[in-house]
This record gives sequence, structure tokens and C-alpha cells, in this order.
Amino acid sequence: MDITSLTIHELKDMLLKKEITSYELTKAYIDRIKKLDPKINAYITVCEESALAKAKEIDDKIDKGEKLGALAGIPIGIKDNICIKDIKTTCASKMLENFVAPYSATVIEKLNAEDAIIIGKLNMDEFAMGGSTERSAFFITKNPWDFTKVPGGSSGGSAAAVSADLATAALGSDTGGSIRQPASFCSLVGLKTTYGLVSRYGLVAFASSLDQIGPLTKDVTDCALVLNCLTGKDDKDTTSANIEKIDYTQYLKADIKGLKIGMPKEYMGEGLQTDVKNAVLEAKKVFESLGAIVEECTIPVTQYLLPTYYILACAEASSNLGRFDGIRYGYRTPNYETLKELYTKSRSEGFGPEVKRRILLGTYVLSSGYYDAYYKQAQKVRTIAINQFKELFEKYDVLLTPTSPITAFEIGSKTDDPVAMYLADICTVSINIAGVPAISIPCGFDSNKLPIGMQLIGNHFDEKTLIQFAYTYEQNTSWYKNKPELEV
Amino acid sequence: MDYEVVIGLEVHAELSTKTKIYCSCSTEFGGEPNTHCCPVCTGMPGALPVLNKKVVEYAVKAGLAMNCEIAKDSKQDRKNYFYPDLPKAYQISQFDLPLCYKGHLDINVDGIEKTIGITRIHIEEDAGKLNHDEYGGEALVDLNRACVPLIEIVSEPDMRSAQEAKAYVEKIKSILEYLEVSDCKMQEGSLRADVNLSIRKKGETKFGTRTETKNLNSFKAIVRSIEFEIDRQIKAVEKGEEIVQETRRWDDDRGIGYAMRGKEDAHDYRYFPEPDLSLIKLTDEYINNLRNSLPELPESRKQRYIKDFELPEYDANIITASKKLADLFDEAVKTSKNPKSISNWIMGDLTRMMSENNVEDVPFTGTDLAKLVGLIDNGKISSAIAKKVFEDMFANGKDPEKIVEEKGMLQISDEGAIKEIVMKVLENNPQSIADFKAGKDKALGFLVGQAMKESKGKANPQMLNKMFLDELNK
Repeated sequence: MDITSLTIHELKDMLLKKEITSYELTKAYIDRIKKLDPKINAYITVCEESALAKAKEIDDKIDKGEKLGALAGIPIGIKDNICIKDIKTTCASKMLENFVAPYSATVIEKLNAEDAIIIGKLNMDEFAMGGSTERSAFFITKNPWDFTKVPGGSSGGSAAAVSADLATAALGSDTGGSIRQPASFCSLVGLKTTYGLVSRYGLVAFASSLDQIGPLTKDVTDCALVLNCLTGKDDKDTTSANIEKIDYTQYLKADIKGLKIGMPKEYMGEGLQTDVKNAVLEAKKVFESLGAIVEECTIPVTQYLLPTYYILACAEASSNLGRFDGIRYGYRTPNYETLKELYTKSRSEGFGPEVKRRILLGTYVLSSGYYDAYYKQAQKVRTIAINQFKELFEKYDVLLTPTSPITAFEIGSKTDDPVAMYLADICTVSINIAGVPAISIPCGFDSNKLPIGMQLIGNHFDEKTLIQFAYTYEQNTSWYKNKPELEV
Repeated sequence: MDYEVVIGLEVHAELSTKTKIYCSCSTEFGGEPNTHCCPVCTGMPGALPVLNKKVVEYAVKAGLAMNCEIAKDSKQDRKNYFYPDLPKAYQISQFDLPLCYKGHLDINVDGIEKTIGITRIHIEEDAGKLNHDEYGGEALVDLNRACVPLIEIVSEPDMRSAQEAKAYVEKIKSILEYLEVSDCKMQEGSLRADVNLSIRKKGETKFGTRTETKNLNSFKAIVRSIEFEIDRQIKAVEKGEEIVQETRRWDDDRGIGYAMRGKEDAHDYRYFPEPDLSLIKLTDEYINNLRNSLPELPESRKQRYIKDFELPEYDANIITASKKLADLFDEAVKTSKNPKSISNWIMGDLTRMMSENNVEDVPFTGTDLAKLVGLIDNGKISSAIAKKVFEDMFANGKDPEKIVEEKGMLQISDEGAIKEIVMKVLENNPQSIADFKAGKDKALGFLVGQAMKESKGKANPQMLNKMFLDELNK
């Protein structure tokens, strides 16, 4: 048995029983990363020294019988847009290639408090803008299931690392599907929490009103375990919600009898890959066989949500990315005479094409004369979306859709067509606009043996019901047990 | 041709909260560059703002004192532009839903009362500072001031002269000082004004094209820049030129204003709601509690001075315009029986010396000022000596009784001692005696002057006068 293939709950048990040490476990990951990651390219930074040192500390604690955190000794990878003090936070951008964060994100403080081992920083689309990790300024991450395919994005490094057993679990961020879509492309469990459940302090902002940090894990139990460590009101983030802390492992129970699932028809129509459609319909049958009631429903505003998402996300991004101006930190052009030149060249040379495209889009929609037609209108649509989701949750416990209309695509096949890339976000962006939580779980494979994921959407702050549904499904199917065949 | 001037002001005041508006760094002025800083106020990636509740409290107090409506729901917005002193490349401000709106203030210029409308008061963060040319011609950024809370008070275009504008800013300054929500130290930039100004022919109801002169940080600069701009606009119109809508700067050293940028390259600030912060929601209870906690404001203190201390309205106006002076007065009259004399010292020597020396804080206590007046009233020192004592108090903040004692300044009222001086002076000035006897009364003044000199100003002048006359008429 290779210990790197195990889940958090399996490893926790072995660590406590002293069958393995955290040092051995961490070392096993480091060795595997050294051998395998050159083929996959999931990691931007590997924190070998600090991870091994921390592992020793935890082993010490275990030996002394000291009180342990919930993730004691478990190596976790972090998407490279989450700040860790004294470690590079690059956002996979030339702009921040050498940026060392002077502080740690709240989620990192929380993981540290729970004795987790931070094993490294993971690749992504530059500034989380993209759905394939091809937009990283450094290198393209490969899908462990098929090296010619993308791992999804923007948290593609996080998904590839967990899927290839290069980390036990990983944190990603999700602005329009950036946790769920790569989870579905790599056969993982990925959770986008309700906006406000997890602090954003220390997450390099893409679109402030949509961004959430969340876990990518090997199964639903691990998802609940990591989620437990991330939640809680943070005084440093005004948008973090002040709600009672829940122990999500309490909802790892295989029972959904009599609960209701809505299937919004807008997400099962045109553009859906046949294998994906069939897999989701199969999942529907599984839920029905387990006693859930499944009905078709409608979210009429859906057709407007993709443009709405790109208006809101780009508008906020254009402002959020203004601070990368070459003045205080980050890339500064060596060739400038005037202040204007310093700005223009630093930003032109430091940002990649997709980031520039979105900054331009966002600047445009906020410009005087266009604000009302785009930004204001998009805010109105957002309100409508929130209300339509709200109404559905008066009737249904969860909603069921595919996570992505397609499975992992060929590297390079969509990079020349940004709009085609945007269209693949249709199933996931609506959820960020409405601010509700959604989980992607494995539900099959396509004819090319590429993973398919389904998305369960829950009501505001009702992650517990999502966990319950996902766990019930997982316990009655075996998709999650499949692993990519990798030669080390 | 007769012209009417139309002036509206945007006054920025730094609030004197201990910590910054969106982080817990100190707002203290000065300090080594970039030492009052953290990831939030330096705009580090991933850092988030958290609104300081004191800022809302201070701004609402200002709004209430300036007769504003207070918004129960207000919003913060991002104002986007690039400048090296603006670390996030946006300033968090308020766009369409300010905290306070529809207020007014009464001003008094040459005895004429006038009401100036206040459009709105909103909260925002200050930018950092650029230090130029100190190190090899480079500009260096100091972010100590970044994220210090400001209120911007926007007036209606209700002012018609530089004097009205000055009176309006003075009124704002005194109210903010009374509320203790701002230091209003103009030299440190904690109170500054932008002047919007246009001219039109008398009787015209339409406004002319306006210009905006930014960042005026003294009353002198406000008055002079307005007078300059009025003159410039009138001359331009008389020459048949069009006034261009533009942003202007004022060079106080050279006494001239100049265009900074025109309308065509005006910024598009791309305002939008700040997604990192929630709406500011205030309850009636919160607003009423603040309303009830407002301190005595200049107007009511003025009435009290007229009634309780029988100060002339002119005195009461001047003293209450500055909280520091009024507080000094209040403290002094606790132990003094001569409020009018206290008031004279404050309005005369103190105000003059503060302005001559560019001092914003009174360097001595009210009790000390009362002691000084007591020394004069009790005949212990002459008013000439009092001026010297006052200068010492001003320079060193010392107790006047100690000064007088240490320097041996007590007035000489001993008859024997006075006689000694008089005799000596007479002996040395036979010509003056002759002059006096020949009917030249001026000679007496000269002799008294010599005696004062001889006594280093300490001799009691009334006694000197009397004794000289006695001796000369013998």
C-alpha cells in the first residue's frame, strides 16, 4: 500500500495508532512530488524544509500525547493565490513571480492551528482567471487521468495534486467554478461554500463578491473534515458571516429518504456532452433508488447569468488588480522614463493575455456612460438570480446539475477561443452569482475514461445537506474509488 | 461691468480617531516613513478593509452639528485611479449614498448673517504622501497617512466672496474642534479645502463655467487663491475669452494659481460599490444617542460668554471661533475676576503671537493666564513687564508668578526706592529740569522714561510720575 493514496480519515487513524509518522508521510509525498510532478506540473513551490520540520513537530506532539489539531500531520497543498507568510505567492503570474507574502491568510492560520502540514503552493490560471490552468504564466498542469488533457481550472494544480496523490487534500478558490470544475475533471470532491462561510482574508482577490476558498479532497468525509477547519467568522473579513459553527462530520450519514431534489432543466439542455448527460441521469436514478424525490424545475434567469458573471467578475477584477502597478511590490519594467510608462509597461509586461482581456472588459463596463447598461444591469440580474434560487429552496433540499457540460479537454484546444472557454462555465457561475454553496462529486467516466462530475447545489449556509447528499451517494456508488494509473 | 462670484467648497478634514479607517494602524502624524503600516493600508494582495466604527461615530457627530440628515443606510464605493500614493489604485469613499446630507451652517461676515447649504458629508480614506527630491531626484512613497480617515464636507454654491468662504471654513473648523473629531491642523494638512469658483454677470441666474482649485491648506491660501481666481476669470471674460472647466493648483509662495488638468483629461473614476464592505446601517437609537451627546457648540458658548461674563459680542465671536481659545478662556475665568482682561490678552497678544510663530496649540494654561492678569490687577507688575512675562510664558509655558520671581520683575512700589531712582535721574539730567521749568511738559515724560530704564521697567509708573512732579515743583 502506498500511503500517499490514502484519505485524511484513514491517515489520521494510522497516525494516532503510530502505524506511520507524519514525517514518513510527508517525506513520501515529497519523494513522490520529486518523481512524478515533473510530468504533471502541479506545484509552483514545494515547501520541503518547512513541511518536514513541521511534521517532526507533530510527531513529537503525538509521542508526548499532546492535544492534536483536527488535521494533525496531514500534508495539504495550497493554491498559489492564498498568502502564506514568508513563502512566495505568485498567483501564477509574472507580476508576482517573486512576491513573498508578509502575512498569512486566515485559512492558513486555521490550518496551522489544526496542525496541518503545508506541503506547497499549487499552479493555477493566472490570478484564477481561466478554466484549464493553461493560463498559468509558468507552465501547464496536466490532467493525471490523461496527460494530453487539461486538469480544469483555475484550481487545476490543486486538483491534479490531490488526484495524483501529491497531496492528501488541497485548498482551491472558486469565483465561477474554479474548485468544482477541476474537481470534476479529476474525479475529486470539490466544495464551493456559501459566500461568507470561509474568510477571504489573504486570498488574492479576483472578484471580491464571488470568491470563496474551499477544499478539494479524495472523498466526502475528507471534505467535511477540512471544511470544519476553514469556517468561522473572521474579524478581518467584513463579508465573513457570523453564524454558528457546525461540525459537518455529523452529516456524514447515508440517509436522504423523502428529501427533495430539483433538476433545473436549463442545465440539462443544449451543449451538454452525451456521456455527461447520461451520467447525471444515472445519478438521478441512484438518488431516487435511495428514497429521494427528484423533480424537474426551472431557473428562468439562467440564460442571462453567463454574461452577468463576466460583467461582475471582470468589473471587480479590473479594480482589484489595479494595485499591481509596479510601485510597491511585484514586477516593474526595467524600461521607463515617466510614471505613466512605468505603469503601462509594468502592467503590459507583467500580466498575461487573459488577465488583460478581463481588466479591459471590466474597465469598460464600469466606464461612465456604460455603467448603467452593463454593471448596474448585471446587479439587477444578480438580485433576480438570488430570488429565483431562494424560491427553489423553499421547495427542494438540493438542486442537481452537471458540474461541467464537458469532460477534460485537449490541452491547447480552446486557448484561441476565449468565448468557447467561457461557455464551459455555464453550470458553475450561476452558483457564485447567487452566493449559494455547491459541491462537485464524481459520478462516472466518459467513453475516453475521463472523469465526470455532478453538482449538488444547496441553500445559503446549508453545506450540511450537501454533505449528507454527497455522502449518501458516495456510499452507494464506487466512482470515487477509481484512481488514475500513474507510473512513478 | 459688475460680476457676481459663485463659490462652493469641498472641505476635507482628517478625523482624529486613534486608528485608521480600515485597519488598526496608528493615525499619528509624523513618524519614520512607512512605520504606521500593515498589509491592509499598504494594499498587499489579499488584504481586506474593516470599517472603524469610530469613524462613523465622528462623521455622524459632524453631520448632526452641521444640521444634516443622517442616512440610516449608506454605502461605501471604490474610486479608481492610479497614483503612487494610492496603494490599492482605488480610494474607498462614498459615491451616491453618503452618511450625511442636506445640512447647513450660518456664517457672519461684517455683521451680516448668511446660511450656507451643505450638500453632503461622506467618509473616505486618505492617500499616502510622496516625498520628492530628497534622494537623488526620486519620489519616495510614505504610506503612514494612507487609510487615515477623512470626512469630505461638500457645500452648495452659496458663497459670494473670499471672506464668506473663509468664514465658512472657520465655522467648520471651530465645530470640528468643539466636537473633538478632528485636530484641524491646517499646516499638517488635516484640514484642507478645494474651491469651486465661477463668475457671472450680476442678475444672471445661470452659473458660469467653474474651475476647481485643489488642496488649499491655510486661510490665507483660501482667501488669496479665491481673489486670484476671481481676478483671472473677470479679466478673461472681459477679453472675450471662454472660461475652461479645469482643475487648478495654487502656489502660495508665488501667489499664483495655474491649471493642472483640463476637462478633456478628467479622470473617469469608475465608481462602483465596494464589495469588501457591507452597507452601513444606523438605527434611530444610535443617531439619537449621538445627537444627545453633542457638546456645547460655538454658538451657544458665545451666548454664554455675553450673558455670564458680559463680553462684547465681538470678543465672544472671536474667542469661541476657536475651541482652544474658548477652553483657555473658560479655564482662566474660573480663577480670575477680570474676564474682559483675559479676553483682551487672548484676542490681542496671544492670537498675534500664535499666528506670527505658526503655533496651533496654546503653550500655557488658562490658570497661568489668570495669574498674569492677577499680577497686573494687584499692582505687582506693570503692563510693560506683563508683556515680557507673557512672551516668556508663550515661549516656555512657565508659571508667570515664577517668572516674575526668578527674574526679579516685581514692580517697585517702595517709596524710598522710587525716590532714590528719581533723585539719580534728576541729577543726571539738569537740562530736562530746566526745560520743564521753562514750560516744556514733554520733559516730564522723558524723565519718567529714563527712570523706567534705570529700574529696568520695574518702577511703578504712577508713583514715578507723582514723585517727579513733586520734586520739580518744589
